[in-house]
Amino acid sequence: MTLPLPDPMLPMRFRVVERFDEQPGVASLALVPVEDAMPLFRPGQFNMLYAFGIGEAAISISGDPHEHGWMVHTIREVGAVSRALARIHPGGMLGLRGPFGAHWPLRRQSGRHLLFVAGGLGLAPLRPAILQALREKTRYASLTLVCGARAPEQMLYRDEVDGWARQPGMDVLRIVDHANAGWTGRVGVVTTLLGAALGPHDPESVSAFVCGPEIMMRFTARDLAIAGVPGGRIWLSLERNMKCAIGRCGRCQWGPDFLCRDGPVLPYDRVARRLAIKEL
Amino acid sequence: MAFQAHAIIDSPAPLVAALKDAGWKVIAPVERDGALVLAAIQSAEELPRGRVDRASPGEVRIEDGRPGRWFDHTLPASGWKRWLHPPRHLLWRANRGRDGFELKTPPPETEDLAFLGIRPCDLAAIARLDAVLGPDGSADTEYMRRRRHMLSVVVQCARAADTCFCTGPGTGPRAEHGFDLALTELEIGLLVEVGSERGAGILERLPSREARETDIEEAHAISRKTAGMQRRRLPPSAAAAIAQAPDHPEWDQLAARCLACGNCTLVCPTCFCTDVEDTTDLSGDHAERWQVWDSCFATGFSFVHEGPVRTSVRSRYRQWLTHKLATWYDQYGTSGCIGCGRCIAWCPVGIDLTAAAEAIARPASPSPAPTGG
Ligand SMILES: Cc1cc2nc3c(=O)[nH]c(=O)nc-3n(C[C@H](O)[C@H](O)[C@H](O)COP(=O)(O)OP(=O)(O)OC[C@H]3O[C@@H](n4cnc5c(N)ncnc54)[C@H](O)[C@@H]3O)c2cc1C
Ligand code: SF4
Ligand code: SF4
Ligand code: FES
Repeated sequence: MTLPLPDPMLPMRFRVVERFDEQPGVASLALVPVEDAMPLFRPGQFNMLYAFGIGEAAISISGDPHEHGWMVHTIREVGAVSRALARIHPGGMLGLRGPFGAHWPLRRQSGRHLLFVAGGLGLAPLRPAILQALREKTRYASLTLVCGARAPEQMLYRDEVDGWARQPGMDVLRIVDHANAGWTGRVGVVTTLLGAALGPHDPESVSAFVCGPEIMMRFTARDLAIAGVPGGRIWLSLERNMKCAIGRCGRCQWGPDFLCRDGPVLPYDRVARRLAIKEL
Repeated sequence: MAFQAHAIIDSPAPLVAALKDAGWKVIAPVERDGALVLAAIQSAEELPRGRVDRASPGEVRIEDGRPGRWFDHTLPASGWKRWLHPPRHLLWRANRGRDGFELKTPPPETEDLAFLGIRPCDLAAIARLDAVLGPDGSADTEYMRRRRHMLSVVVQCARAADTCFCTGPGTGPRAEHGFDLALTELEIGLLVEVGSERGAGILERLPSREARETDIEEAHAISRKTAGMQRRRLPPSAAAAIAQAPDHPEWDQLAARCLACGNCTLVCPTCFCTDVEDTTDLSGDHAERWQVWDSCFATGFSFVHEGPVRTSVRSRYRQWLTHKLATWYDQYGTSGCIGCGRCIAWCPVGIDLTAAAEAIARPASPSPAPTGG
């Protein structure tokens, strides 16, 4: 007889071991399990984090997939749950279920040019993929990150991105919607940088990973496809309301897909038509 | 399979008694406040004998039917899903301590439930729910726990309501398998078909006599007659048409009528969607997480931080119909609709999904030619 699997709705207990204010209203937490083994994850996957008595929220894993000592999440305060989670201090406890969902299929892109396009907090779910790609740089033809934010002070992981920009073999292009006095970089939307990001590469050999507001992903993917990047080599990470993360509550349905299970990462050729349908 | 396949019993009374003796809590349709609902019964006396339901778009009435007939009614308003997938279910409790909190699942309920009088379409609905809520059968979820403690006594339908259309999806009016016992009400008694060892064990405890070939033929003739009573049907092209027509003008027509009350998702035996609720007591030290039924007609259903994704009634009606009739195939390889017609009968404005599907499957008429010029 097989033993019953554990209840998939019951969280594991995790403790916050480190907390870092990224910017006003955005904090990163490093978590360790209280009694369970540290779960393994693939870049692009997410966890359901529970704040005691308040509720659960889907939060992407934003740390290094090779770091097995703790699990990192970056949380923006937008409502009751995210606020409670983002304010848990070291020593505090939260519940965690996961990891869930489809990942960025990095390993299947050997020999190709990798292009990461992040808008705002969209850099959080891309970060594990970028860290993995940097670690195994020789597998890929090149690495490029295009990073957009509303304003310079809202550039996520700023120092770390500066560090990536200095690494040989990695290009980083940055742009903000609104500049401030100290900003010497580009002003505008990320799509204006895509031409420069594709550069001299044969678009057929580019694999793109895009995460940000839905409208930003829609235009980015469209422009990349027009430039000749194959639709099946552009991946987006989509967001919908999620309550169970195991394909049972029905909340995250987006056409035929349950985004918690079939997504959140999906290839553009699968979703292009759906992205154009309002209120789907 | 070594069990005897058929027998005749005179009445469901000994069956109810035998099930109860064997430790089963018997759930069956009863008449309450002018509607058929499901409830635990102590004896067959509580069944709505001699009563029938007359369903039409937006209306269900319970009336006298042929006297003495046990099962001429069709469907209870509330389906069986509430017994397997309860409207409210405590997932776990959390207690705050000095150093964090502890989580505890409530002790599992292990009531053995016998579903007496479940119709073929509703049995098919449970198979649909199995695909959604219990695909990894060993996961220790409430649904799977309850599912393992369930026995089914199907009643093969001798009458179809005006709203029934199970022949299209092929979920009725006769169930061929998947039950423990199945009854067909004949003139001379109830024909019992045995579908499992467990069912055979129950039948052994009953006073019964052998069924003749002609009894079995009569049962099949009843099913054919019931199928012939059905007038509604879903166009076979509905799934493909709906999936391809998110901008069909018919959605606007439907949205103009739909009240977004969610009655359809509530009565639909395959709708499974849920929300979760987090509560704490006054001390703030004891928290609970409940799973509760939800509906894609609720605006909160699609909430993301800017607000709901599906704000218009049009988009919510479209989600409901598209999921039932089209995307369910992509997800589970079957239709999400088993043809029970409940959503037609319980819609306050009488929207008929078969008519809606028909209208969408019809190519949109070209916009009227400009006049004059
Ligand atoms: C796959 C996935 C990954 C995510 N990763 C991150 C991340 O790394 N960092 C981060 O800060 N946020 C992330 N989010 C968004 C995060 O889940 C929401 O901000 C959070 O649920 C908001 O809950 P709240 O109670 O604080 O806000 P409220 O606005 O009060 O939420 C009310 C309700 O809406 C739902 N909801 C609100 N916003 C969203 C949203 N954007 N997506 C889905 N459901 C929402 C909540 O679950 C809740 O039911 C992710 C969402 C998804 C689906
Ligand atoms: S959609 Fe309507 S007819 Fe189909 S199973 Fe649900 S309630 Fe019954
Ligand atoms: S029709 Fe709506 S409520 Fe019913 S299962 Fe589908 S999404 Fe859920
Ligand atoms: S979050 Fe529940 S089905 Fe996807």
